[in-house]
Amino acid sequence: MDNKLPFEGPLSEQRRKIDHLKKVGVEQNIDFSEEIARLEEAYKKLEDEIYSNLSGAQIMHLARVHSRPTTLDYINEIFEDFIELHGDRLYGDDLAIVGGIAKLNGVAVTVVGHQRGKDTKDNIQRFFGSPHPEGFRKALRFMQQANKFGRPIITFIDTKGAYPGDSAEARGQSEAIARNLKEMALLRVPVICVVIGEGGSGGALALGVGNRVLMLENSIYSVISPNGAASILWKDASKADQAAEAMKITAKDLLEFGIIEEIVPEPKGGAHLDPVRTAEAVKTAIWRHLEELSGMTPEALVEDRYRKFRSVGKFAAPELV
Amino acid sequence: MFKDLFQKKKYATVPSVSQAPAASERPKREIPEGLMNRCPKCGNIQFSKEWEKNLKVCSTCGHHSRLNALERIAMTLDDGRFFEIDADLTSEDPLEFPGYKAKLEQQKASSGLKDAVVTGEGEIGGVPVVVGVMSFDFFSGSMGSVVGEKVTRAIELAAAKKLPLLLFSTSGGARMQESILSLMQMAKTSAALAKFQEEGGLFISVFTDPTLGGVSASFASLGDYILAEPGAIVGFAGRIVIEQTIRQKLPDNFQTAEFNLKHGQLDKVVHRKDMKAFLTKLLEMHVGGGASDGQ
Ligand SMILES: [Zn+2]
Repeated sequence: MDNKLPFEGPLSEQRRKIDHLKKVGVEQNIDFSEEIARLEEAYKKLEDEIYSNLSGAQIMHLARVHSRPTTLDYINEIFEDFIELHGDRLYGDDLAIVGGIAKLNGVAVTVVGHQRGKDTKDNIQRFFGSPHPEGFRKALRFMQQANKFGRPIITFIDTKGAYPGDSAEARGQSEAIARNLKEMALLRVPVICVVIGEGGSGGALALGVGNRVLMLENSIYSVISPNGAASILWKDASKADQAAEAMKITAKDLLEFGIIEEIVPEPKGGAHLDPVRTAEAVKTAIWRHLEELSGMTPEALVEDRYRKFRSVGKFAAPELV
Repeated sequence: MFKDLFQKKKYATVPSVSQAPAASERPKREIPEGLMNRCPKCGNIQFSKEWEKNLKVCSTCGHHSRLNALERIAMTLDDGRFFEIDADLTSEDPLEFPGYKAKLEQQKASSGLKDAVVTGEGEIGGVPVVVGVMSFDFFSGSMGSVVGEKVTRAIELAAAKKLPLLLFSTSGGARMQESILSLMQMAKTSAALAKFQEEGGLFISVFTDPTLGGVSASFASLGDYILAEPGAIVGFAGRIVIEQTIRQKLPDNFQTAEFNLKHGQLDKVVHRKDMKAFLTKLLEMHVGGGASDGQ
């Protein structure tokens, strides 16, 4: 249980103190209950202090916790009757992307997302959740199928980025991402995207052109991984924490920029501490947005999505005379 | 009617190549400043005047040197005549990113440009077009809010006027200093292109050296026709990142225009001296049926 992050150290320390006192109390038959209650109180206070004031870098570390729930975890918790589908019909079946059809509160939907591995072996076959072109094309195939049958689309974003490999380049990594951006803009069904972990670069955005984009409280979304930014900007990948701060990659930041519509709360300490409760919160948010969107015509959905992305950007323009 | 509107435009004449500022590759020190040029690929030394007359292509090995936006416009549009739009859009520092403001000022001074893309209208072989040209000498051609907005507005202008759209790309990728706002420009430009192309609009994309990352993985890869200059490096991830990932050295031709042609990622590699003639021919194929004549 104690694979805590460095900034969570004081909590572990406090927990150790409490456990120790409990143990001594039992061993020596002394009643420490008042003392323990006081320490528990302090623990709660410390917890509030730490988790209500997380820095961008600390959130980045939480987003990368290995045991954080993955796309398949959310699919299994949130949907019923999931039928996993495979392949892009062009080249192969990229396991860095999973998806298929399922029911959400009885409504048929298409669900697709990046899939990290659960262990080393799984990670190797899933390329650590970094898709090749066939992964993006697989996702697009699912989405266009949803479009044909009028099913809403739910995407889960969780990737460090598109896979940087020679065969990925040869098969058109750029084209695959670009095509998804273009084709997602034309989808005539509701599209809801949820960033559940790390949303890295074009590989994340290729599943991210939605009418609504939501982020889990401790997820991040950025143009390049903070490690990559640090090594390019400061020639020092170890300055990733600094880059994470400078790039403003948290859900709070993105809500302020108007890039996302909602922050989905996580249990104190992160989604991995209570995946079921987190999934419940995600499900509630998805359903609420889906209900809002379900009254819109296909044309209105396309226009709504277009307006959302058309308006992004900050620049100086001279006053029109 | 659109043609009439177009003809009334006042054109600024762009300086020809030999007068254009800020050549992307400067002569090495042992060569008399400005007089001679050394090819960065084969080392051949040539009179700068000859080299410029040769459109900055090495006469020995054919290496295409990088051009800035103004040079490209001068050699592509009829009589170098160009009506620039959105010239006054400039980058802000929405994230208050350390060092970004200063770097922007420095890039403006060194390149003579206000941002990494110049957009406007002109004619190629007598065919009116909306054209956008990126410039690597401004912030490595990186795409921030201004590049995304100017490209999107160019697409919208082409849609409104039913003109063909031509974009010359060169970019190191996203403008990291604008973080998520930069990333979203990929979606913005691609969505605008989706609309334009659905309505029958013609988009010709030309990759020039280098085009990587967010620009390559958005509008530049969405051309109805995709061309590239010889030797241009085109790809998503950079060579070094890929070599580190696969722990292998990549061949010299990796991600070149020729590599991409062979792998089906583009239609044609076009030598700089043939580019204008080829674009004219391609545009003429669409007159009376393409975007310039309605849907
Ligand atoms: Zn040469």
